[in-house]
Amino acid sequence: MAKVKRFMQGNEACAEGALYAGCNFFAGYPITPSTEIAEILGYQLPKIGGKWIQMEDEIASIAATIGGSLGGCKALTATSGPGLSLKQEGLGYAAMAEIPCVIINVMRGGPSTGYPTGPSQSDMMTAKWGTHGDHPVIALTPSTVPEILTETVRAFNLAEKYRMPVFVFYDEIVGHMREPVEIPEPGDLEIVDRAKPTCKPEDYKPYDSNFEIAPLAAYGKDGYRFHVTGLNHGDDGFPTNDSKRIDQGCRSIMAKIENNLDDILKNETVDMDDAEIVLFAYGSTARSASFAQRKAREKGIKAGLFRPLTMWPFPEKAIREAAKKAKVFIVPEMNLGQMSLEVERCAPGIEVKGINRVDGEPINPAQILECIEKYK
Amino acid sequence: MTAEAAKKQKLSVPFDYSKYLRGGKLPHIWCPGCGHGIILKALLRAIDKIGLTNDEICMVSGIGCSSRTPGYVDFNTMHTLHGRALSYATGIKMANPDLNLIVTTGDGDALAIGGNHFIHTCRRNIDMTILVYSNSIYGMTGGQFSPTTPEGSKTSTSPYGAMEPNFDCCELAKASGATFVARATSYHVAELERTIKAAIEHKGTSVVEILDQCPIYFGRQNKYKSASHMMEMIEKDGTVSVKQVDKLPPEKLEGKLLRGILHQVEGEEYCDKYAKIIEKAQD
Ligand SMILES: Cc1ncc(C[n+]2csc(CCOP(=O)(O)OP(=O)(O)O)c2C)c(N)n1
Repeated sequence: MAKVKRFMQGNEACAEGALYAGCNFFAGYPITPSTEIAEILGYQLPKIGGKWIQMEDEIASIAATIGGSLGGCKALTATSGPGLSLKQEGLGYAAMAEIPCVIINVMRGGPSTGYPTGPSQSDMMTAKWGTHGDHPVIALTPSTVPEILTETVRAFNLAEKYRMPVFVFYDEIVGHMREPVEIPEPGDLEIVDRAKPTCKPEDYKPYDSNFEIAPLAAYGKDGYRFHVTGLNHGDDGFPTNDSKRIDQGCRSIMAKIENNLDDILKNETVDMDDAEIVLFAYGSTARSASFAQRKAREKGIKAGLFRPLTMWPFPEKAIREAAKKAKVFIVPEMNLGQMSLEVERCAPGIEVKGINRVDGEPINPAQILECIEKYK
Repeated sequence: MTAEAAKKQKLSVPFDYSKYLRGGKLPHIWCPGCGHGIILKALLRAIDKIGLTNDEICMVSGIGCSSRTPGYVDFNTMHTLHGRALSYATGIKMANPDLNLIVTTGDGDALAIGGNHFIHTCRRNIDMTILVYSNSIYGMTGGQFSPTTPEGSKTSTSPYGAMEPNFDCCELAKASGATFVARATSYHVAELERTIKAAIEHKGTSVVEILDQCPIYFGRQNKYKSASHMMEMIEKDGTVSVKQVDKLPPEKLEGKLLRGILHQVEGEEYCDKYAKIIEKAQD
């Protein structure tokens, strides 16, 4: 049977994906260009008995989201640059206390209030380094409306599986663009739920270091009582001053990412086998890059496209591999050079050329093609 | 003496706090003379009187000495970020309305960094009990002035005397929409227990400002001789029970804070209201 296809906006696809993944809790604060997600879920969640609340600011929104998750819900919040800045302390908390939640950030021009209705990709380093302290980060970067749906589902799965906050970052262009989207039927996409404890209540340790990712009970629902804190803690969740356990805790929240890269990383490659000119592009910019890459091949230029869908953790190994054949990496991004720094780090000795735009206008294919031709 | 033996001899039975305390987590971090422990004990006795089980309670806190309370009790407990306890508690309560939410917070935690969350939580009238341990100082960070520090007081960040007017936590809570507002002290312990009990039993947002003493950071810098001296001066002599207000001449009320339940009204509770939204949406 043919699948239902609907013509929808990026933010609408995000809400659709969240509901598909089983999201039943949303807390947020309105901000352009992400507001549609809050609006749609404010309409849809009560219909399925889900919880939805508009908080007094983004600090409170991430806090309530984490609280909702600990109350046993699949929890989401959505925002844009200024709100992302406010959410940072809560994001660090979720990383430290290992609480699953999903954060959508629809990127608009910055810094500060910037250009609320214009696109940008200038929060990519905020995703990685925004909150203080060493902390694990997973950030997904879809390029199309259908991909926003599927990547939002994947974000929930990763959050639940690895007990951590997971980001979906896309620019205003994909957020507000409309495209036909095939609506998945139940069962079409994998859905992951967090592991629940099965031990006796008195034996339960929410940070049991015998597990790579310890099962997480819900407050008041599963018959387990436990403590959660943002302080360095031991297996039982209580604060610790034991330097060995502190070290182990700091490393283990990072290790759960490093040890599972194959599961977390995802990217699309086009004509990379013999690529000498590698386009590294994401979000709406990858659409222009993809067009330019095809045009370049038509002209006989050995250009390839590397498009990360998981931006953080960075696809380090794949870039190192590509760097063996590449003579240049071209990194178009709507910022003044963020991901290009990571490409540079993983491709030592190889030229990395940024195409950067911060005027609120998209980077168009002609601009990228022109750059490719300079290197042919 | 066991509770059984005491009963037989018609002696008053010592309250058994251990059923609510988490094994192995004591001693607490509070300084000698601090009032926070008195509040914890009154809270546990109030919980016992109501008959709540450990599973039915979720205790959430922010950051500060007062916010360490959840770490000592055997409930569902969460120690969050400075000022944000109410927002985390709101998420938990919405996800699981059956839980009895109790938030322990300091005057700085609740009214300075958390001021915005405080007023909006009161406004929503979501069912939770907010215990503000009001010691007029930032205890945890070593004695800086807070929004409840009386004007003129010496603190480590007001060496010439605090110049800012202070908040009245109860007036703020009432004006923001809390449906239960009370003030208690760590000096009047029986009253404290009764007030906390009433606050927990009240459906909606309940705020109890509890005047307590920080002898180390507030007391020393303001020439109080001891914790008990502070309790007598600030909590006993500085307050008047609402029950006595009508009987006292105006001059006896001057400069005094009122104790007791200051405001209690019925109001539709947030999660109940939300349940109606669900019904409406599913109609
Ligand atoms: C965002 C943030 N700012 C500052 C601090 C430092 N800090 C920790 S506790 C505290 C004040 C606590 O005072 P109060 O809330 O009155 O509680 P008390 O310790 O007196 O019980 C401060 C400023 C912090 N932990 N986080």
